[in-house]
Amino acid sequence: MNIKTRLKIEPLLAVAFCIGLLLFPMLGLDFYDEMVARILILALFAVSLDLLVGYTGLVSFGHAAWFGVGAYMYALLSTHYQISDSLWVTLPAALIMSAVLSFIVGLFVLRTKGVYFIMVTLAFAQVFYFLVHDVPAIGGSTDGFNLYARPTVMVGEKSLLDLEDPFTMYYFIVGTLFISMLLIWIILRSPFGRAIQGIKVNEHRMASVGFPVFRYKLASFVIAGIFAGLAGYLFAVQSYGANPELLSWHKSADVLLMLILGGIGKFWGGVVGAFVFVLLKEVFMAYTDWWQLWLGLTIVMAVLFIPGGIMSLSARIKHFAEKRHA
Amino acid sequence: MDLGSLLIQALNAAQYGLLLFLIASGLTLIFGVMGVINIAHGSFYMMGAYFAFTLTGLTGNFFIAVFLGAILSALIGAFLEWALFSHLYKRDHLEQVLLSYGLILIFEELRSIFVGDEVHAVAVPAWLNFSIPLGDIMTYPAYRLFMSSVCLLIAIGLYVLIRRTRLGSMIRAGTSNSGMAKILGVNTSLVNRTVFSLGVALAAFAGMLNAPAAAVSPGMGMEVLIVSFVVVVIGGIGSVWGALLASMVIATAVTFGSVFFPSVAGMLTYVIMAMVLLWRPEGIFKQ
Repeated sequence: MNIKTRLKIEPLLAVAFCIGLLLFPMLGLDFYDEMVARILILALFAVSLDLLVGYTGLVSFGHAAWFGVGAYMYALLSTHYQISDSLWVTLPAALIMSAVLSFIVGLFVLRTKGVYFIMVTLAFAQVFYFLVHDVPAIGGSTDGFNLYARPTVMVGEKSLLDLEDPFTMYYFIVGTLFISMLLIWIILRSPFGRAIQGIKVNEHRMASVGFPVFRYKLASFVIAGIFAGLAGYLFAVQSYGANPELLSWHKSADVLLMLILGGIGKFWGGVVGAFVFVLLKEVFMAYTDWWQLWLGLTIVMAVLFIPGGIMSLSARIKHFAEKRHA
Repeated sequence: MDLGSLLIQALNAAQYGLLLFLIASGLTLIFGVMGVINIAHGSFYMMGAYFAFTLTGLTGNFFIAVFLGAILSALIGAFLEWALFSHLYKRDHLEQVLLSYGLILIFEELRSIFVGDEVHAVAVPAWLNFSIPLGDIMTYPAYRLFMSSVCLLIAIGLYVLIRRTRLGSMIRAGTSNSGMAKILGVNTSLVNRTVFSLGVALAAFAGMLNAPAAAVSPGMGMEVLIVSFVVVVIGGIGSVWGALLASMVIATAVTFGSVFFPSVAGMLTYVIMAMVLLWRPEGIFKQ
C-alpha cells in the first residue's frame, strides 16, 4: 500500500460516514435513531473542545460549563421565564450567552498556563455548576428542569420544521453537525486557524513574530465555547431537560476522554471518539455487571497503549509494517 | 455570634484545614517531584475511609485498623507507581488526567463490589468518645481535637522528613531538578516510588482518621479531590508549605463562609482560587 492510496482513504471514509448518517433512519431502528442523535451532539461537543486541546494547545478541564450554558439558556427562556420557545430567539440567545461568558472567563483563565490552566478551567466550571445548583433566580436545584416542548421554527404563520417529530429532529441535529464541522474546517484553514495551530507548537515564536497571542487564544476559547453551547442547546432540546449534571466535571472529563479515544488534533477525532465512548459504555452496561470497572480499565489501557487515539492507528500500523519490511 | 461558638468554628476550621493538608501534601509532593497530575487522589482518601470501616470490623480495634490500612495503602501506592504512573512521567498532563480518571472509575466500582454503596459509620474509640465543655452550654468532641493533634504531628513529621533527612534532600533535589539529581547519583526511580506511596498513604490516612468523625460514603473522594486541587494550585504546585497555608485559608473561608453566607459557600473556594491566580498565576509559593 503506497502513500497515495492511503491518503485517499480518510476522505472516502468521511463521505461514507456522512451518507450513512443520512440513510440511518431508513433502517427503521427507532431506538437507535435517538442514540445516534445523542452521539452526534456529543461529537459536536468533543469537536468544539478539540479546537482548544488539539489545535490551540489549551487543555481545558471545564468545557462542560459551556455545554451547560447552552442547555440552561433554552430551559430558562422556554420554561423558567417563559419568554419564548421560538428557535429564532432561544438558539441565538444560547450562542450569545456562551460567547459572552466564555469571553469573560477566558480573560481570567488564559493568564495561566499548563497544569494551572487545567485546574483553573475546572474551578470556573465548578462555579457555574454551583450557580445552577444553588441560585434560585436561575432555577438552581439538583434536579434541574423537565422541558415539555421543543422549540418552534416558524416563518411568519407557517411552521418550517416540526422538531417534535423524531425524524425531523434527527435531521436537524445531523444538519447542525455538518454545518458546524464545515465552519470549523473553514476556521482551521483560515489565517486565524493557522495562527492558533502555530501557538500550539510554539507560543513564544508566534509572539515574537508579532501575533497577538493572547487575543488569538481568547478568540479560540470563545469559538470553542460557542460550539459547545450549541451542542448543549441541542442536548436540552433533544432530551427535554437540563440539569446541573451537564456542567459537572465528570462531563468535562468524559469529553476529554472522547477526544483522546478518537485522537486529539484529528479533524474527525471527536466524532469517532464520541461514537466509541458511547458504544463502549452501552456495551459494558448491557453485557457486564460492572460497567464502570470495564470502562475504567479501557481508559487506562487506551492511555497506556494508544496515545494518539484511534485516528492514529492507521498511521501506526503502517509505520509498524514498514519497519518489518525494512 | 458569641465567643463560644466562634471558638468552635475556629476549631472546626483548624481541624478541616489540617485534614485537607494531609491530602493535599501528598498531591503536591507527587506533582512537585514527578510532574504527575493525579486526579485519583481523592479515591485514595475514600479508600482509606473504607479500609477503616472494613478493618475495624475485622480486627475490632480502630488503631490496629488504621495501622494496617496505612501499610496497605502505601503498598497499593507503590504498586500503582510501578505499574502505571512510572510510564506517564514523560507524557503530557492530559494523558495523566485521563489515566487517573480511569482509576477513579475502577476504584469506585471496586468499592461498590466489595463493600457496597451504603453509607457507613465507624465508631469513635471508646476512650476518646467524650466531649470537652466549652463555656456554659457548648461542648466539643474530644475525637476532633485528637484528629487535629495527630494531623499536626504528621505535618511536623513531614517537615522533619523533608528538611532534615537524606530522603528529604533527595525529594527536594527531585523537585527542583530531577534530571540533575539523577546525574548526581540519586536513585530517582526509588525516590519516585517512595514519594508516590507516601502520598497515597497520607491521603488514605486522612480518610481513615476522618472516618469516625464523618460518614463513610461513596461520594467522599470526589468532594475532597477538587478542594485539595484548589489547595495545591493556590499554594503553588510542589510547595508543601504553600499547601499548608492554602489549606488553612480555604478551611477558614469555607467554615466561616457556611456560617455567615450559606448561599454562596459552595463557590467561595473557587472564587478564592481565581483571585489568587489572578494575583499570582503560579500560586503563592512558586517553586
